[in-house]
Amino acid sequence: MEIEKAGIPVAQITAMPTVAQALGPNRIIKGQGIVFPVGDSSLPAEEERELRRRLVREALEALSTDVT
Amino acid sequence: MRVVHYLNQFFGGIGGEEKADSPPEVRQGAVGPGRLLESVLPEGSQVAATIICGDNYAAENLEQVQAMVVEAVQEAKADLLIAGPCFVAGRYGAAAGGVCAAVQDRLGVPAIAAMAQENPGTDLHRSRILIVDSGTGPSAMRDVMAAVASLGQKLVNEGPIGRPAEEGYFPQGILKSEFVEQTAAQRMTGMLLAKMKGLPFQSEAPDNPIEKVTPPEPVKDLSKATIALVTDGGLVPKGNPDRITRAFATVWGAYSIEKQTRDGNIGEGKTGLAGEDYEVAHGGYDNNHVQDDPNRLVPVDVLREMESAGVIAKLSGEFYSTTGNANPLENSHRMGREMAQRLKEANVDAVILTST
Repeated sequence: MEIEKAGIPVAQITAMPTVAQALGPNRIIKGQGIVFPVGDSSLPAEEERELRRRLVREALEALSTDVT
Repeated sequence: MRVVHYLNQFFGGIGGEEKADSPPEVRQGAVGPGRLLESVLPEGSQVAATIICGDNYAAENLEQVQAMVVEAVQEAKADLLIAGPCFVAGRYGAAAGGVCAAVQDRLGVPAIAAMAQENPGTDLHRSRILIVDSGTGPSAMRDVMAAVASLGQKLVNEGPIGRPAEEGYFPQGILKSEFVEQTAAQRMTGMLLAKMKGLPFQSEAPDNPIEKVTPPEPVKDLSKATIALVTDGGLVPKGNPDRITRAFATVWGAYSIEKQTRDGNIGEGKTGLAGEDYEVAHGGYDNNHVQDDPNRLVPVDVLREMESAGVIAKLSGEFYSTTGNANPLENSHRMGREMAQRLKEANVDAVILTST
């Protein structure tokens, strides 16, 4: 919130988007899990990497999208 | 009970804004609203002295005014200092809170201020002193003074102080244990039934007003953007150099990833952070998964790939980390402001924040 006040857009990746929403950020991406927002230790390494790529790409898309 | 009362130039009857530079003066007895205060104080009490100070003078010379009020309280052998009510007058509120805190800290004499929630003095001082809600205007002056007098008497007699809503003061962010008749489940069911019947009920959860932030402009061209990674998941270099605590964190760290990801860690599948270089200072979740592979929290590996592929121009050379666990909001706001400053200095265009 303070970072956005300074004019820098933030995309938040979190497994608890409703908690995040209550605090009012503008760009939220649902993460994979509490203990690994951008990973999943139950997946094979390459699939896990692909999952992480997808979440980070979503975050980057959110950052380049106008939300006003 | 002997009381010293602090007033600004307006309520002290000296004058308006044109007299705001007046230095503090001590008068014997009650002045202006002090007379009303005296009338609601318990039998045998008196306002022994009144200090009147101009708002600008107090704002510009607070330490000196604090020292003078401390001396006056001592000289009057007062049991209590009362400041205000200041309503929405900001300089007055800040000064009133400041002199109360000084008297309480240095003399151990209890002090109460009264002002409106909107007064900046409220947020500045509510954690240290009791501040009675005065409302925004003087229409309820008598009730405010009565609340101040009642609270003051309890402080002086070291009696138990009720909850903020009962006594009329602003919450201080203190949690107190107490015995209650009903379990949480019973109380909750009671509230639900009341709600269903349309009857009034009082929630026990404080309602934290959330401010809205206007969304910053989006990044126009990712391929020209510097992206930084921020996390509240507590990832820190081995040894935790900033001693970030596992809960109630008060500090954050900026940690270079240049060396970790440029020396020997380059190559397919090896461009990210390695668990052996890091530890997790967060007591609120099972850290093992992140310990095994820190990229699960701070996705440096895939962002390095995207940097090489030209999807983004640059991944910032450091990541920013703290622990979001049982953190008071004010604390988080401060750390956020500090981080924002550092991010600006690093010419970061956008942030990906990962939260556990």
